[in-house]
Amino acid sequence: MIALKKSFAALALTAGLFCAQTAAAQGTLRIGMTAADIPLTTGQTDQGGEGMRFMGYTVYDSLIEWDLTSADKPSVLIPGLATEWAVDGEDKTKWTFKLREGVKFHDGSPFTAEVVVWNLDKLLVDTSEQYDSRQAAQGKSRIPAVASYKAIDDLTLEITTNAPDATLPYQLAWILMSSKANWEAQGKDWEKVAGAPSGTGPWKLETFVPRERAELLPNADYWDPTRVPKLDRLVLIPLPEPNARSAALMSGQVDWIEAPAPDTIPAMTGKGFVISSNAYPHNWTWHLSRLEGSPWNDIRVRKAANLAIDREGMGALLGGLMVPAKGFMPPSSQWFGTPSFDVKYDSEAAKALLAEAGYGPENRLKVKALISPSGSGQMLPLPMNEYIQQNLAEVGIDVEFMVVEWNQMINLWRAGAADPSVEGSQSINFTYFIQDPFTALIRHLDCNLIAPNGTNWGHYCDDEMQGLFEQIKTTFDPVEQDAVIRKTHEKFVNDALFLMVTHDVAPRAMSPTVKGFVQAQNWYQNFSSITME
Amino acid sequence: MLSYFLRRLILVLPVAFGVSVICFLLVQIAPGDPLTAIMPVDATAEEQAAMRAAYGLDKPLPVQYGIWIANLAQGDMGRSIATGRPVAGEVFGAVQNSLLLAISAAVIAFPIGIFLGFLAGYFRDKPLDRVVTAISIAGVSVPNYWLGIVLVIIFSVSLGWLPSMGAGPGGSQDWAWDWLHMRHLILPAVTLAVVPIGIVARTVRALSGDILTMDFVQALYAKGMSRLDVLAHVARNAAATALSVMGLQLGYLLGGSILIETVFNWPGSGFLLSNAIFQRDLPLLQGTILVLALFFVAMNLIVDVVQAAIDPRIKRN
Repeated sequence: MIALKKSFAALALTAGLFCAQTAAAQGTLRIGMTAADIPLTTGQTDQGGEGMRFMGYTVYDSLIEWDLTSADKPSVLIPGLATEWAVDGEDKTKWTFKLREGVKFHDGSPFTAEVVVWNLDKLLVDTSEQYDSRQAAQGKSRIPAVASYKAIDDLTLEITTNAPDATLPYQLAWILMSSKANWEAQGKDWEKVAGAPSGTGPWKLETFVPRERAELLPNADYWDPTRVPKLDRLVLIPLPEPNARSAALMSGQVDWIEAPAPDTIPAMTGKGFVISSNAYPHNWTWHLSRLEGSPWNDIRVRKAANLAIDREGMGALLGGLMVPAKGFMPPSSQWFGTPSFDVKYDSEAAKALLAEAGYGPENRLKVKALISPSGSGQMLPLPMNEYIQQNLAEVGIDVEFMVVEWNQMINLWRAGAADPSVEGSQSINFTYFIQDPFTALIRHLDCNLIAPNGTNWGHYCDDEMQGLFEQIKTTFDPVEQDAVIRKTHEKFVNDALFLMVTHDVAPRAMSPTVKGFVQAQNWYQNFSSITME
Repeated sequence: MLSYFLRRLILVLPVAFGVSVICFLLVQIAPGDPLTAIMPVDATAEEQAAMRAAYGLDKPLPVQYGIWIANLAQGDMGRSIATGRPVAGEVFGAVQNSLLLAISAAVIAFPIGIFLGFLAGYFRDKPLDRVVTAISIAGVSVPNYWLGIVLVIIFSVSLGWLPSMGAGPGGSQDWAWDWLHMRHLILPAVTLAVVPIGIVARTVRALSGDILTMDFVQALYAKGMSRLDVLAHVARNAAATALSVMGLQLGYLLGGSILIETVFNWPGSGFLLSNAIFQRDLPLLQGTILVLALFFVAMNLIVDVVQAAIDPRIKRN
């Protein structure tokens, strides 16, 4: 027995020593992502917002980027590889971009206007030598306005749009610049480029094991000295299962995890881990059908439903990790404006509006709603929707759910409310990336984008709204454009065009040794300011 | 023996063909669109149609199957829709990692299961038998993903002795048989071993218990054989059936560890399969299922042949 105890103690000691040996070296940050694979490394990333966050704005740059330096104010566009841009005074389809001088790719080749043209061809011209269907699948739909482009000189680029479109700068913030010289050096083979990519970004990809890990090193020669990474190394590990992510953090295998499960947060904070969160352009809504016969065509019903939701109560369900909706955009957004309809919990007012619309205890309103049990950005869709079901029942709206798996939900969202596959559902619970005017507002309600041609799921079409969308596209002064976007959002809220419930706050849990992280109000983040204690 | 092996081998061919048809069709039944994995959710209908054509998903199913099986015959399993990487590379890399885990679990599970089973069979209806039976029922009944989470909480989170995820400090590609890597294997292998311990123990208990009551055992004792020698005869008589159960268990360990590999983030075939399912990555899904199913077929073939070698009655039948 004594021998057994000694062996056990020796084993424990050995294990302890090895644990100490494998602890992170100073300056290495290991991040557990929610993605199941390393995002596409060749330039235009896949895996949605997470792909852009970890493999996009780290290894690459775009002409125009998002300001990720502040946690307190909304994130706005700033110069990236382009230092300035302007639309032609006469021809509003012609844009000129002045490119940053002296920028080099990780392979040492210079960044020029000709390289930008080469990158745009990579996405848009399927007959070009460098056309990459995988990157095109990610990038082409992001720049619908682009009609043609040409290099005027090494540092001047001209882009022509199909029609006047003042949202072009937002579109270009999606497009990341890969190195032409590296592609040539890799035998013009994108598969080889994937293993040894080259961008102009603050991080260089050193190693990459599909589905397991990617290791990034600082680019000491980065063109923006304020964004030269302070860390020695950044390690990205795909950890799609929430419990596995939490365990990896708490056992010291990673220093940071994305999206910890809400029920694990008390245990983490109890052990000294830090939860970082902030508002960002995300919303959790019910997108309403506006087909003939839909009860949501009545503004009184829409407003009543919005007044029936106890959002503070839902906050308890989510461990406080949410921002109660006051509109379609988060209240901190630069585009929130001053809507007159106050989105709040007032069940009496909701009942009164329903009564006015002809519904009451004897004539309860019945609606059918499409929901998913899980999904990217959907937060905790089942309990949240059941909570809403209960709230709505209390004011006289009975909700019948049609529950479909997330992948199928995307198909039903693309198909639109009129498609037989939605089986008469009058709403869809689909969370939205709402970072720029198009993704935030236009795509949901534009008459030209009615599903299945676009993503206007509910078949909404309104002349006044269409006029506002047109104004957004033709207002080239950014300050004036912001004012139009605010006015548009006010109409979204005042007309209660969605069931506006909540906004996610992008929680991430990290070891107390992680210092210097500023969580911007954006889907992307800056990792350059981080140090490890 | 050779003719028996060849006969069994020929029988494998229609099974493999049936497996390939089922693999192909099964993944088509599930609702969802593989393009979801590779395109932004708001890609236009034209862009989706172009991509669908690029991957041949616009062709009729029989044509898609014909192309798939023709490529397969040339060793080309296609490319993953989600990653663009060759399916063969993805699947065989993952299967290697799963084999590592499955064989480790089998090395733990089979000796323990056999030992416990014999013990219970020999002391049938005695207290020791009841203890072993309770252990084996618990092994079969406890959800192994739950056990995995509990082990992680104890040994990784609370004690910090063993890592909770991954196949080595630098990933699976540089796997080595040293402590730094093997410590990653311990928790998933132990978790995975629990079910086969229970199944093998119950099988061996039943077999050895029954054989011990047979007349020939009394005859062996009457001949003056020692207890150990008699047990060796019992073991040989039980071996054929026990072997078939263990062969199937090895197949399950390889293909049935989706939950364990997910809990421990182990980059094996189960983990690959689960990601392929969520992404509707049809070529990857078809390739992974096919390889795992063919592994099952191969295991059955090996078990049949080994059984025949051990027990001549099987060959005669």
